Order: sequence, then structure tokens, then C-alpha cells
Amino acid sequence: MTSLPTVTGDKRLGLVIDLDTCVGCHACATNCKEWNTSGHSAPLTDVNAYQAEQRGVWFNRVFTYEVGGQGPSARTVHFPKNCLHCEKPDCVTVCPTGASYKRAEDGIVLIDHDKCIGCKLCSWACPYGAREYDEDVGVMKKCTLCIDKIYNKNLPEGDRVPACVATCPSKARHFGDFADPDSKVSQLVRERGGFDLMPETGYRPTSKYLPPRPGNGANGAPKKLEPAPDLAGAGKFLRWVDRVLSR
Amino acid sequence: MLKDPVIELSPEVADEVKYTTCYMCACRCGIKVHVKDGQIRYIEGNKNHPVNKGVLCGKGSSGIMQHYSPARLRKPLKRVGERGKGEFVEIEWEEALSLATEWLGNIRKTDPKKLAFFTGRDQSQSLTGWWAMQYGTPNFAAHGGFCSVNMAAAGLYTIGGSFWEFGEPDWDRSKYIMIFGVAEDHDSNPIKTGLGKMKGRGAKVVSVNPVRTGYSAVADEWIGIRPGTDGLFVLALIHELLNADKIDLDYLVRYTNAPWLVIQAPGAADNGLFARDANGDPLCFDQTTKTLASAKRADIAPSIVGEVTLADGRKAVPAFQLIAERYMDGRYSPDAVAAQCGIDADQIRRIAAELADVAFNQSITLDVEWTDWAGRKHDKFIGRPVAMHAMRGISAHSNGFHTCRAIHFLQVLLGSVECPGGFRFKPPFPKPIPPAPKPSGKGYAPMKPLGGMPLGFTTGPEDLQLEADGTPVRIDKAYSWEAPVASHGLMHMVITNAWKGDPYPIDTLFMYMANMSWNSTMNTKGVMEMLTDKDASTGEYKIPRIIYSDAYASEMVSYADLVLPDTTYLERWDCISLLDRPICEADGPADAIRQPIVQPDRDVRAFQTVLLDLGARLKLPGMTKEDGSAKFPGGYPDYIANHERSPGIGPLAGWRGENGDQHGRGAANSNQLDAYIEHECFWHHELSPDQKFFKFANKSYLEFAKHMGFIGSTDQIVLQLYSEPLQKFRLAAEGHGDVQPPDNMRERLKATMDPLPIWYEPFEEQMVDKQAYPLHALTQRPMIMYHSWGSQNAWLRQILGRNKLYVSTVKAREIGLADGDWVRVTSHNGSIKVQIKTMEGVNPETVWTWNAIGKRAGSWTLAPDAPEAKKGFLLNHLISELLPPEMDGRRLSNSDPVTGQAAWFDLRVRIEKCEPGAEVSEPQFPDLPRPPGVEPAPTLNDYGARLAQKKR
Repeated sequence: MTSLPTVTGDKRLGLVIDLDTCVGCHACATNCKEWNTSGHSAPLTDVNAYQAEQRGVWFNRVFTYEVGGQGPSARTVHFPKNCLHCEKPDCVTVCPTGASYKRAEDGIVLIDHDKCIGCKLCSWACPYGAREYDEDVGVMKKCTLCIDKIYNKNLPEGDRVPACVATCPSKARHFGDFADPDSKVSQLVRERGGFDLMPETGYRPTSKYLPPRPGNGANGAPKKLEPAPDLAGAGKFLRWVDRVLSR
Repeated sequence: MLKDPVIELSPEVADEVKYTTCYMCACRCGIKVHVKDGQIRYIEGNKNHPVNKGVLCGKGSSGIMQHYSPARLRKPLKRVGERGKGEFVEIEWEEALSLATEWLGNIRKTDPKKLAFFTGRDQSQSLTGWWAMQYGTPNFAAHGGFCSVNMAAAGLYTIGGSFWEFGEPDWDRSKYIMIFGVAEDHDSNPIKTGLGKMKGRGAKVVSVNPVRTGYSAVADEWIGIRPGTDGLFVLALIHELLNADKIDLDYLVRYTNAPWLVIQAPGAADNGLFARDANGDPLCFDQTTKTLASAKRADIAPSIVGEVTLADGRKAVPAFQLIAERYMDGRYSPDAVAAQCGIDADQIRRIAAELADVAFNQSITLDVEWTDWAGRKHDKFIGRPVAMHAMRGISAHSNGFHTCRAIHFLQVLLGSVECPGGFRFKPPFPKPIPPAPKPSGKGYAPMKPLGGMPLGFTTGPEDLQLEADGTPVRIDKAYSWEAPVASHGLMHMVITNAWKGDPYPIDTLFMYMANMSWNSTMNTKGVMEMLTDKDASTGEYKIPRIIYSDAYASEMVSYADLVLPDTTYLERWDCISLLDRPICEADGPADAIRQPIVQPDRDVRAFQTVLLDLGARLKLPGMTKEDGSAKFPGGYPDYIANHERSPGIGPLAGWRGENGDQHGRGAANSNQLDAYIEHECFWHHELSPDQKFFKFANKSYLEFAKHMGFIGSTDQIVLQLYSEPLQKFRLAAEGHGDVQPPDNMRERLKATMDPLPIWYEPFEEQMVDKQAYPLHALTQRPMIMYHSWGSQNAWLRQILGRNKLYVSTVKAREIGLADGDWVRVTSHNGSIKVQIKTMEGVNPETVWTWNAIGKRAGSWTLAPDAPEAKKGFLLNHLISELLPPEMDGRRLSNSDPVTGQAAWFDLRVRIEKCEPGAEVSEPQFPDLPRPPGVEPAPTLNDYGARLAQKKR
């Protein structure tokens, strides 16, 4: 079994995912895949890439659900899912070889592939289904929060964010330090009612989701327009006849 | 406790970072490509690029797998077996080009219209169209006729621009947006980013679409309208606004033809045309002087209602009065249209009230000094912050032209076109209405270029492309009485017409990037048979020769006689030109290039370079020097930098002039491409703050646009609510004028060439038995696939590897179907077997599926048992390119009667549960073999393993 760090650093890095503006385009999933397939956990192997039963390793997957009601009263929600870098990651503590670990300095949960024996215990322990087995290499792989991108001194400073965040067209993903109450992610969570996924399981995910906004009912507008006087009736457009309108 | 392993936090990402332009769909975002050890390491959005500003969608982010697709063609191919069997031999380029030159040369010498040159998802139409013009064939078009010509034409004939490439919602200021028929497409990233911005600041998003996916899912309000009734819904909104006097009359008088006087003389040859003065200027009635006055004058106060007596004693009324009379009528009331649209009347009334509230009670003001067309200074721009966007759900119906015009009417009546918070044009738009030039196919002759481009904009019957005997000049019958305003051609009719020899047989069909034997055609099975059908008497194919260029082993490759393999988008030069389909934004014009990021590892050539080579071999003017040598020996990049369309105007606007210091206009610059590469492969000019709004009536903008060559004069561009060109076609149908339609077209033309928007039931719906085919059927574009390309992508096909037919839960229960059932879907044209999935978010009278997921077994180097082939399917088999027979047996094309736009979404079907049996979609076709030279696709994809091992 693997221990969690006893002393933790100043940072708690993670993501905020906005379910209000995610349009389900899968940009986060594929941009993640293209960064990471040549990155820290390379490759993100695909099996039967051009055949039946195609499958592969993804650190990020987008699901779509219809929830709450029937017909127009139901709501369609796009739900991107990746490792939430939990504060109490049982995927780490169940690891028999010490391959899985949570970094003390920033809380990122990683796997040391040299130590992983592919026993899959961690995938059973993760309630979020965030762990992926690379059946070709025989090891588990998972979201690294783009650890080889966010600290990479070979990249311009502004590009040092996870691939999924940089690419998201509707800006539904945010990256930052949850240990800093003034960070953008902390603020978003406060302002928008950010929540933990399945808090009852007690894993205390670092990354949060923002709920769909209640929906703009265009409050203030009347429910219908009243017909204007002197229009169309017997006086045929009387209201408009003497309107002086300048070019 | 064990120590954490040491991780390389700063690996070298790339040996080289190069900029270029994405081609994973038609959005054309700027990308930054990281190359390591000669391989593509990573593709990301370019933060400085005007289109995507750093983001990149699911398709764009999968470009690595597209570039390395195992389905890439490797060498030119010549057919050796029967057409359609995929039996080829590899040949050298010299042989391929000699063969093509011989075929095309013979046609050019004898009858150039016997070359039909149609390009599909071509992003170089200003080259391909110009090539057709120099060759001398009228038979050129790209895929616009089956994609969005209704949108383009309706906009260009109404406001001088349209949605997407022509204009965009003011995402930063709008408070209310309505999107109609927008299914995750066109354009990709700007809409996603824009919706994110609007929702972020609490603006309201209303989506009108029979299907709730993608953008509709995040909308504040989803209106699951019945397909093909959007026009009726919009006209009901207009009815409400007019009756409540919630329209911007000042805007209408300043910027539109609402006050122009329309002659009211039923039976006369000029009935319904504008009353004009001796100079040809339209007239209006000036309230101040109580006299007729030129509507062009700035110093008048025109009436918008009231009958006027013209100098010749005849009567006329302002166009606005005709508008008010028509749409204030009770037949457009919410109660009258609600049932047809499948929308509650109260909801229609509420939306109208919300539009009026935002436009007039929540208007916004930008304190910017600007000067109008007449030289008058203003100290602010006033905005009606309501914006609209519409796409294929509107376009792909036989009433789409009028529906799109109705949407523009709604925007214009609210005064929200080109104002802050409204719908804003992207330069080079707006253009004069309709824009120049006219189509120039009529004067074709052997060995002679056309007088102008084959495609253009008709303004009346005299511009139609008809032979002296009245038969269509063009093989697709564009600009005939069947499609008088066919601005983009009718690609969906080319094969059928050529096969039938109607209006004439052709010799060679030359196509580029158009999968016409599969997902890009209607009636797929029928078209596959036409492509291989032979004349019994001669044993020759009815379409004698087919040349096809594609980068990949698509279904169409097997139907070609000669295959010219193209490069991938990361191996080529391209220009995204202002002369073509531009990528500008509302704040200013832009253009871009593609540069080769890597060199091809195969014997392939960029199609555009091949086309210029063929042009030189054929000695086409413009492509040949006086001494007979090639004018652009350097191929496409040579042309991009050195070709001039008119003096000082070339494919690219940036860094022109000998020193590269001129923009827009200037001499060709041989170092222009280097300048683009230095500037991240795009050019963008930001308009000054006073030029950014009301561009159609903004002096400073109009002068800029004239200098840039966007428009020919600085005259105000007056929005054309009332369309005189349409009325001219209608007058012809009534018997006026020299150019007359056949009698059997008159009634349809009288009904549909209406100068004001109308709504009618889509043609297929009118003609088939609604009891026998009770449901609407249509497709939606998935966000992660672009046409047929996506399925060869190892990543994207894991996200969507097969499609199902989506049926509303309520409807499924009603007809005894359950999730996962296999059903037979039948239309008047055919039948398919598919698996269903039930869902809540769909109009109950509608079934739908994802577009172009089904693949023919063996194509795209997918394994023959891949789910794309065995479970996936196309609706295309059900959609006929022809309408059911008329009373006299004629079959007209399944198209919009104004533009010829393919009416894909008019489809009506019935669905019935299948008996238990094989869970395989139908129809199935024989497996296509892999083309020679193309290796079997690997099973394992460990892309990146090698790159990662090479890190320091």
C-alpha cells in the first residue's frame, strides 16, 4: 500500500469545469490526447485503431446526458471527466507497489510507470473512472494535469497551462491553485457554487464543477406585446402616415 | 516513505514551431505546429489569430491523426478494371498529367462545356473558378450548392452579406441571440467562444432547432421546431413586432429600401418594380415638400405608407406598406402558425416581446464620432443588441432562401444589422445588393476563355444562362428557370444530369475533394449505379471519363478513371483569400496562408499546383507566358504571390508592393509568402473605431472598402427588403419580357419569385403522402467530424464510430419501438435498416442521425467489419435528387426553387420495426479494395512513443 505525503506544499493545483458552457465538442479530450501521447506518459495507445472495437487511452472523456424530465423540460448536459486529483485519493493508497503517488508540492496525482504492474487496483478504487489501462504497455495511465507543460520552461509562460484548458473553445475549463483563495479558480468556485463530484464518497476532489446557470428567462420583458393603436384597422396604418422620418 | 520519482518537467517540446492554417473543417483557424525529429509533436491554436484566438476544437486538435492517416494515397492511379471495382495501377505523374492533358485538350478544342469541373470542400475556389474560366467551360461550381447557397444568396440579395463568412453576431456586446438550425457547424470555434462569452455575462441564448444537441443544449431556451417551418415562425415574430409598432422606423428609412415606391399596376410589364426618375434612381415621397424625390437624397423625409400618384398617373406605394400589409395579416399571427411550427403561440408572443424589449429598452450606445455616407457627423453608434445566426437547418430546405430572407427581415426591422450588439458584417462585406459580377458561362466556345467567372449573381431574366432555344447552358441547370439565383451551382445534380444527358451528355467529370459516390450525394445507391452505367449500344460509360483528386482513399476514388493524389493540409501551400471565402472578422479584414510544415513522404502533389501545371500544358491564358512556357513554374505558391486578378489586387492582401509595405492594393511581391510566414501566416487589418459599424452607410468605411477593391463605389449600400430582381423573374413568369420560361414553370415561378419573404411547405412534403411518410428525417453535423474525413482518424472514430437513428421517447412509445431496436426506414426514394436510440431533446415528429458517419466497407483503409460500415449508415440513400413526378411526368430537382440549394432536410420517412435478424445496417455494398501502394492500416497506434523516447 502507498502512503500519501504527510507534509504538503503550498499549492493545490486543479481544474474548474463549467457545465454551463461546455458544448460537448471534445476539444479537451483530443487536445489532451495529442499533447500527452508524446508526453510524460507516452504513448496513449490505441488498440484496433482502424478496426472494429476501437479503443484507446484517454485522460479526458466527454459524456452527454439528458437529465430531469421529458421532452423540452429535460436538459442535455455535456460532462467532461478526468482525474480530479483528490485530497484523499484511494487510487494511491491502494497501490501495492508505490507506483501511484500524490505529489507533495502541488497535489498532482501521478503514476511512476516503472513501478506499475498493471494490477488495476487503482481503477477499482477510483469512483470517477479516471484511470486508464494501457493494454499494450501493461500499465495504468492517467491525467497528469500536463505536468510536462505547466512547468515547462521551454514554453512561453502563458502557454504553461494544461492542454485541455488552453484549447477549450467555450472557455469552460480553468486551471489554477485552489490553495490560494484569491486565485481565479477559487473565486469561480465561490461565485458560481462550484461543487465536488460525489462528495459522499469522501475523496475530496481538488478539481470542481460549476453547475449550469439557472437559465436566462429574459426577466423584465413582458410576456407579449400589446397591439399599437391606429395600426392596420380601418384607418390603415394611420399611426405611420404622418411619421416624419429623416434620411 | 519512498521518495517521489524525479520527473522531467521541462522536456524539449519541439525542434521547430511553425504557423499555418487548420483544415480539419472549413473554419480555418490559425494553428501553431510543433515539430520534433521531423514528426508532428503537437498542434495548438494560435493566440494571435483573428478566427480562433488560441483555441482549437476537437477536430483541429486531432490533426496529427489526419496527417498520418493510413488512408493517404501515395501515387497517381489509373483504372484497369471495371469502374467502381477499385482496380488500379500506379502510374508516374508525367503519364497522369499527359493523359489528363490529352482528354481535356480534346474537349477544349471541340466543345469545352463537355468538361464538368466541380470541386467539393475546396478552399481555393478563386483559383479553381478562374481556371474554369480560362479553360472556357461554364460547368464549374464547388460544394456551395448543396451546403449553404440559400444562406449566401438570401443574405447577399437582402443585406449585402450573410451569416458566417459574411458576418457575425456581436459576441462582445449582444444581449440576446437567436440561432436557427445551427448544428455545431459553421463556423466552429467563433460560435463556441461567442456562446461562452454571452452566457458568461448573462445574455440570453435562444436556439431554434428540431434537435437539442451541442449549442442547443447550452441555450437558455431551446425551441424544438418542426423542420422546415422556421420561416413561418419568424414571420409570426415579424407580425407581432409590426402590430405593436416595435420596429426601428428611423433605421428603415435611413438604411433600407422600405420607403422606395413600388409601382402598383397589375398586368403591366413594370408592375412591382421601383418607380424611378430619369436618372434611374428609385423614388420616394418626401413628407416635407410633398413631392416625389430621389430616394438617394439625404435631405428628405420619406413616407413609409400611403399611396402616391406617379408623374404618369399610375399609383405606387412605399415598399414598407407592402411589408406591413402582408405580415400584419392574421395568417401570420402566432395562433395561426403555432400548430404548423409545433411551437406554442404564447411562446412565439413571448419571444417577440423579449426581442422588442432588448432592442428598444436595452439599447446600447458607443460614444464614437463617425461620418455617414452623406458626410453628416454623428457622435455615437446606437445599438439594438439583438443578434442572429443561422445555418444548415435553414439552408437545407426547399423554402430556405425565403426563410433566410425572413430572418434578415427580422434583424433589419429591429434595426440590429451592423449596429453595436447586433449582427455585424465582416469585410469585404457588405457588398452592393446583389453583388457583381453576373455569371459568364453563356459565351463559351472552343479554345476560348469565358468572358468572366462561371458563377455570379443574376439580376433578372436576361442574366440567366440559357441557350438560344431556352435550354440550360450548364450541366447542373444553374441559372435556368429551375434555379434562377443559383449563385453556387447545383453540384448535387451534376452526375444525374450527365448520366441522363439532360441537358446534354458530357465527356469528362473532373472533381476535387467531393465524395460523390457516398456521403456527398443524394440518392447514393442510384448515383453509384449512374457512375458505372454504360450505353448499351456503344459499351461506353455514360459518363465517359472521371478524373478525381483526393488525398485519401475515399469511396469516390474507386469510381475514378484517373486519380491525382493530393497532399495533406500540413504538406501544402494555400491561401485563404479575400477573393474567395474569407476569414475576416467584423473589426477588420484578414487573410491567411498554409505553408508546408513537413514534406510529403509519398509521390503526391498539391491539387492546386497540378491544376496550374495542367493549365500550362493546355496553354490556358493566364497560366502561360507569351513564349508558351508556364507562367507559374513554381506552382501554387508562385501563383499566390504573383497572380494579379486586377491591377494591384491578388490572392493575398498583405505585404503587397515591391517592398512589401502596401496592404490591400499594390504590385505583386515575390517575397510575400516570407512576409506571411514572419507574421504567423496571417494578415489582419483592424478598422478604426469610426469604421466599425453601419459599414453600409459609413463614409470612412466605404472609402476604405473601395480602396481595398471590396466595392466599386462609395455609394451607400441600401438594404433591400423588397427584392426587385426577384420581381423581375416573376414578371417574366407572368409573360413580360423577351426571356420567357417554359409554360410548365410559370406557376412555380410566380409563386416563389416573390419580392418579399414567403413561407410554403417544403416540396417533398407537399408531394408525398404524409400518412405513408409521417416523420421528418434529417442529419446533424457532429462537432468532432467534418464530412467523411473524420472516420479515418484513429482518435475521432473512438468518439463517434457509428451512428444511430434518434427517435423521440414519446414517438417511439407511440409506435411501439424501444431503445436499441433495429428498424426499416423508408422514403419515397428507398429504404435502409438502422438501429435506433431514443431521446428527449428532439421534435417528436422528427428522427435524425449524425452526418457522414456510415462508411462503405473497405474505404478509408478501415477494416471491412468496422462499425462505420456494419452499424453506421447514411440517410443519403433515402434522399432523392429529384422530386416525385409532376402531373406531366417531369421530375424537377429536389432543390430550392430560387437558388437550387439541395433540399436535404425536406426528407419524409416512415419507420417500422425489423424482424429479428443480423444486426447489420443496410444497404451493404461489396468491400472496396485498398488502392495499390496503400498499406493495410495497423491495429496498434502508439503514436508518440518514439518521440517521447527521444527526449533528452
